[in-house]
Amino acid sequence: MKKIYLDHGATTQANPDVLEAMLPYFSEFYGNPSSIHSFGRETKKALEEAREKVAAGIGAEPREIIFTSGGTESDNIAIRGAARALQKKGNHLITSSVEHHAVLDACLALKEEGYELTVLPVDEYGMVSVKDVEAAITNKTILISIMMANNEVGTVMPVAEIGKMARERGITFHTDAVQAIGLLPLNVNDLYCDLLSLSAHKFYGPKGVGILYVRKGTKLDVFNFGGAQERKMRPGTENVPGIIGMGKAVEVAVADREKRSARISSLRDKLIQGLLKIEDTRLNGHPEQRLPGNVNVSVKYVEGESMILSLDLKGIAASSGSACTSGSLDPSHVLIAMGLDHQLAHGSLRMTLGTDNTEEEIDYVLAVMPEIVARLRSMSSVYASSKKE
Amino acid sequence: MYTGKVMEHFTNPRNVGEIENADGVGEVGNMKCGDIMRIYIKVNDQDVIEDVKFRTFGCGAAIATSSVVTEMVKGKKLDEALEITNKKVAEELGGLPENKMHCSNLAADALHKAIEDLKNKRNKE
Repeated sequence: MKKIYLDHGATTQANPDVLEAMLPYFSEFYGNPSSIHSFGRETKKALEEAREKVAAGIGAEPREIIFTSGGTESDNIAIRGAARALQKKGNHLITSSVEHHAVLDACLALKEEGYELTVLPVDEYGMVSVKDVEAAITNKTILISIMMANNEVGTVMPVAEIGKMARERGITFHTDAVQAIGLLPLNVNDLYCDLLSLSAHKFYGPKGVGILYVRKGTKLDVFNFGGAQERKMRPGTENVPGIIGMGKAVEVAVADREKRSARISSLRDKLIQGLLKIEDTRLNGHPEQRLPGNVNVSVKYVEGESMILSLDLKGIAASSGSACTSGSLDPSHVLIAMGLDHQLAHGSLRMTLGTDNTEEEIDYVLAVMPEIVARLRSMSSVYASSKKE
Repeated sequence: MYTGKVMEHFTNPRNVGEIENADGVGEVGNMKCGDIMRIYIKVNDQDVIEDVKFRTFGCGAAIATSSVVTEMVKGKKLDEALEITNKKVAEELGGLPENKMHCSNLAADALHKAIEDLKNKRNKE
């Protein structure tokens, strides 16, 4: 059976050039970059070259790049580190209700420790309002963390405006840009951010490696102790093959970004238009301010996991914000924050497109979806009830 | 994550639909959790379940447990049907993932509610 991968928001396949760049660093060049002998010097040089590539890709200085184990660790180091470092200045944090749990839960943990926390609402499209951010700022605000683009519904946030506002007021600004790189223009200076998180496996790099951009002069406390790697902000022997791969992945992601985004956006629009032709469906997320690869629809009267299983039987990989797929008893906090009722949240279907998808694949998905929905609705207790009313 | 038998029932569910003028109807679950199961039964004078049908909004486990419980009770006497528990339904499917045991494994409860509904109706007659 033909397999179609529409879950690039979860992870992506490593680019062949990325894999090729990594391979020698498992067995041929295996020195510890901290060692001063030739083995160590070889990998140290490659590590610093990767840092230069990453920095160049996002408009940063190489010394502002910290290698981490991924987006979650980057978010935690940024939020906990900044909040702790700035506690003499104030104790108020601002974030949004649709952040990834790595950000949201890190902020909630700080609240437990006594920090004041404002969790901003979003509108029906999942958008944070700049005015709401402004209104929430007090003279105690030390950190604002708003994601660049939402991972579930693809809404692209006004982070540059928020960043500018934070900069003018001397407030540290962090953005989780994990979903954005390679798809949206990304330059740390244009975004006015002090801290920015990235994860290699979301942009055709390897898993288990990420980036935290730390603008020169940004104060961060550390809470992991060990060696002097990554200027002590992320101690521990570096994941050298991963970092080499990520350096290549940033290079690839930034080159041809506009062409790639345009191609993926046109597939996305075709898929959205086709899915919305199915009766009683709605688009989740912003119709225009949207990640190029993100499709998120709610299919009324049908539960998400049953759609994922049915699609999987047809070779199509997708995801959902239903409770069954969120790993908890509640549906997606993002969809609930946007005001969706529980039925629509449980009935959400996310398809995230990537560089490997083709128009034929979209045609196939659109050919099988109506029958999947019809079959599940024929079994659905709520569909039967609604049609009687 | 699901057993082959769960997937088989999900793909080819038995006894989907509803029974007009059913002798008993039972519904369990709620939209907050994302599972709503409804079971219809037709029972003859000898207390034998002659026909049973279901309609379910829910995940793969919710659909498969609904389907298999209809298969387990069809042709059974009411008191035998009352002995079927959620745990037995899960066992019949070769087991369910741990996180599904509580939220989506309610088909026996729906069946018991349908039998309760039948008894209430009989008492009124």
